[in-house]
Amino acid sequence: MIAQFPALQVVIPLLGAPLCIILRRGALPWLIALLVSWAALAMAATLLSQVADGEIISYALGGWLAPLGIEYRIDTLNAFMLLLVAGTSSAVLPFAYKSVAKEIPQDRHYLFYSGFLLMLTGLLGMAITGDAFNVFVFIEISSLSSYAMIAMGRDRRALSAAFTYLVMGTVGATFFLIGVGLIYAVTGTLNMADLAERLPPLYQSRTVLAAFAFISVGILLKLALFPLHLWLPNAYTYAPSVVTAFLAATATKVAIYLLLRFGYTVFGAEFVFNIVPASEVLLTLALAGVIIASFVAIFQSDVKRLLAYSSVAQIGYIILGISYANVTGLTASIVHIFNHAVTKGALFLVMGCVAYAAGACRLESFAGLGKRMPLTMAAFVIAGLSLIGVPLTAGFISKWYLVLGAMEKGWWPVAAVILATSLLAAVYVWRVVEIAYFRDAPADAPPLSDPPLALLVPTWVLTGACVYFGIETSLSLGFAEQAAIQLMGGG
Amino acid sequence: MTPETLMVLTLAVPLAGAAVISLLDRSPNVREAATLLTAVVLFALNIALAADVLAGARPEFILADFIPGAPILLGAEPLGVIFGLVASGLWIVTSVYAIGYMRGKHEAKQTRFYTFFAIALTSTMGVAYSGNLISLFIFYEALSLSTYPLVTHHNNDEARKGGRTYLGVLLTTSIGFFLFGVLWVWHEAGTVAFTPGGVFSGQTDPVLIAALLALFVFGIGKAGVMPFHRWLPAAMVAPTPVSALLHAVAVVKAGVFSILKVTVYIFGVDFLAATPSTGFFLWVAAATILIASIIALRQDNLKRRLAYSTVGQLSYIVLAAMLANSAGIVGGALHIASHAFGKITLFFCAGAIYVAANKTTVSQLRGIGRSMPWTMTAFTIGAISIIGLPPTGGFVSKWYILLGVLQAEQPVMAGVLIVSTLLSAAYLLPVVYTAFFQAPEETGPPTHGEAPRPILLALGASVTLTFLMFFFSQPIVRFASQIVGGI
Amino acid sequence: MEVLGHFNYWVVVVLMMIGFYALIARGNLIKKIVGLNIFQASVFLLFITLGKVTGGSAPIIAEGITVYSNPLPHVLILTAIVVGVATTALGLALVVRIHESYSTIEENEIADMDREP
Repeated sequence: MIAQFPALQVVIPLLGAPLCIILRRGALPWLIALLVSWAALAMAATLLSQVADGEIISYALGGWLAPLGIEYRIDTLNAFMLLLVAGTSSAVLPFAYKSVAKEIPQDRHYLFYSGFLLMLTGLLGMAITGDAFNVFVFIEISSLSSYAMIAMGRDRRALSAAFTYLVMGTVGATFFLIGVGLIYAVTGTLNMADLAERLPPLYQSRTVLAAFAFISVGILLKLALFPLHLWLPNAYTYAPSVVTAFLAATATKVAIYLLLRFGYTVFGAEFVFNIVPASEVLLTLALAGVIIASFVAIFQSDVKRLLAYSSVAQIGYIILGISYANVTGLTASIVHIFNHAVTKGALFLVMGCVAYAAGACRLESFAGLGKRMPLTMAAFVIAGLSLIGVPLTAGFISKWYLVLGAMEKGWWPVAAVILATSLLAAVYVWRVVEIAYFRDAPADAPPLSDPPLALLVPTWVLTGACVYFGIETSLSLGFAEQAAIQLMGGG
Repeated sequence: MTPETLMVLTLAVPLAGAAVISLLDRSPNVREAATLLTAVVLFALNIALAADVLAGARPEFILADFIPGAPILLGAEPLGVIFGLVASGLWIVTSVYAIGYMRGKHEAKQTRFYTFFAIALTSTMGVAYSGNLISLFIFYEALSLSTYPLVTHHNNDEARKGGRTYLGVLLTTSIGFFLFGVLWVWHEAGTVAFTPGGVFSGQTDPVLIAALLALFVFGIGKAGVMPFHRWLPAAMVAPTPVSALLHAVAVVKAGVFSILKVTVYIFGVDFLAATPSTGFFLWVAAATILIASIIALRQDNLKRRLAYSTVGQLSYIVLAAMLANSAGIVGGALHIASHAFGKITLFFCAGAIYVAANKTTVSQLRGIGRSMPWTMTAFTIGAISIIGLPPTGGFVSKWYILLGVLQAEQPVMAGVLIVSTLLSAAYLLPVVYTAFFQAPEETGPPTHGEAPRPILLALGASVTLTFLMFFFSQPIVRFASQIVGGI
Repeated sequence: MEVLGHFNYWVVVVLMMIGFYALIARGNLIKKIVGLNIFQASVFLLFITLGKVTGGSAPIIAEGITVYSNPLPHVLILTAIVVGVATTALGLALVVRIHESYSTIEENEIADMDREP
């Protein structure tokens, strides 16, 4: 049974999706989604424990052996991503029950949960597969379902946001496909491990260079690195709260995983950093993204959009770590993938709570919330501190390694920028905090209180995780370090 | 109890106290009793710990191993014990005072006030007993954040503005410089452990040391070295007990304490003495002392005048640390205590005047000595201690700092100390003169009497401590000289 | 000869650019979808081209034939075509919904309506 977990990890959510449509009555689809997600989490945890000592699981899908068949190949990094994706969905689905009931018409609930499971399938698949073309298929499964999910937002702007995302996302995925086609043309294989062996003699080939360019631009579009982030703010702002929380925590993160996988495993660090000037390009874009997006975030009047721009900045941090091309930087990136997922997940769930109670996430609707929704706003403050990177929160751990990596490189200005932009984060978080705690609600405002426990508990679980992973780091940091060493070692 | 247990309890007790206090919103008397009880227990723990440390124990305890090689570590040594004793001892006094003040002013949200006060004390204990540089940074930040709700207690526009400056300056300096320095030390030396004699080997580049020193001196914004002193006057929007304990003792002393700690255990006194760049920071500290004193001269608001006086006095300790000799370090450590006793007395008086007479500026104080003789007598004694005259604690610490200055052969700095003594007399004594020797503006029967009992009680305690520090200076000095292995 | 011999690649590139241009330059959402389709189709052609083996026959095992075209790209593209159809369907569905709520499918007009009131 456990031997089949790599396949079941993807197959169970995939089967759950049509099941939601068949059993569409009442709360059943939600229950199915929840159980499936928890099962996926249990499987991901099992897989992670199996690879915890550095072992690599290779699973031949359908019994067709690699390199001809599709291979699922799980090392520490894969398993870590699986845990992140399944863990986030398991945390946000309990939240979904009440939040979706409020935000989406009753007759579409089963479609929502079915789409949610497809999105989960796609993301888990992207993280687990060891086959380059299979990655494309899973990218499209997750993307198509997320376009549909975003379009379910209450505001009509959700529709245009989803359309923009569809166009940009499809272009990104197609670019990726072109790149895969080109490396297939020169190597004749699609298996990642096989590619890793066949590519080094071909490093000087122009086809390989072009393939790398197409693949990386395609992935960078999906992970929303500045200046390819234009789809992200609207998509996050207008999507239903649960979808925003899930997407922000996982979708861009899995895309970053793909960048790592293709950069380090398939093409190899030697090619990426010595033959192609990837380090310089990524560094420039990441720094520009961190600085510009942080500034833009300060001037937003919608808190969800503010957090969306903050996400663009945080993605910049993660890419920054990759651009160092050393173990410390890579560790920082991987641990920040995890820590930022937890933090942003918590913050967007808070947005869900506010949207549930107040109906909107505009800055002015936060006035007086400190008094009227104390538990919700307390969660915002704590998760916000983690976003800034204050000690004893998860964000601090990532910042620590990020700055340390820059110092190891001797990139002092970069270290200074990281610390300075943390202060920008403090500015945009504190803007919200000040309005919530110091501005009184308008006299004619309807009475508000904290949302029901069904929303508060998941929010506080993720908020608690922000603190937990800032103190007890053996799970996040331990696996991130191991994954980084495996990647740098060419594994 | 083992010293380790005691040390952990110094954090656990106030934290548990905060939790209990937060639940007692409905019964104020029980809540205040809980505060007092927590404070007394904490002080007792600190005394027991001090006895162990004096006997040579150096307990260490790992709270969390969050970054491999740089855990959150507690560790007690003489300097920390002095700070812990001063802060926890004065917490008892301040709690008594706060009861009189908060009830006298009918302040709102008192439960929140006492809760965050206890949390702030937890962070202070963390600062005092942090066993390595990163733990020090963590508790330092925790202290900034936990005092923010206290500074903004009144929740109005003025509080919001003050709070913004407060957190803005403290976060900017700590994240921008202090954290950078911590990371740099970790990168350069491979350790953040507090090591007697410092963590750098002799060959380290002097430019690097100068840069690091700058990061620490300016990054530890709580020490109020100019130009990063603005948060302290801004914090005066807080209720007076907060200004008294936190912004004359816990928070500001956490700043200079951190600088002393870094000087002794990261750079090492001898190493620093051989570093030419300390001269520059001597000048910065001297400039801060003089400029802050001159600004204090011009303040009419009593609390602001005291705040600028604090800025100046803090730089005494920074100056003492930068002298990089044992007399200087001992003087700095003593000044943490003596300035705490003196300044808390002065703040208590300012609050007492505000509660009893609703007056906040110096010019309103004409003849107030007649209706509030006890308060103004205490003020006079506090002022004498801050100026540094016998028979008060301020004399003892200034004496050792002066000794350090002479040992380091810095005649100009000796001049600075003398001028600043005159300046502090110039900004404090007029208050005393106005209160006692000028006739009150309005004739007729006085409209107010003395401050409430708890306030007077607290004043008595802090004045007594000021005297005790003078008459029993030897044991304290001996304890302090353990920091540098005896003079 | 070198250039002409690769004429199928030229077709791919030209189609790709046409599709990409339509995607970027057209404000009409339907035309954008059309552009996207052309763009994707060019990639399908690229893959199919890769599978061609000179002199190869269709990949069905039969007596006397030793050279086959590579079947794998065809299979891959079959999957990609399905994905493409799904994308188009979803895109068109979105356009219908956009038309319902905005009464227009011109990008700039939608942007005008979206601007903060």
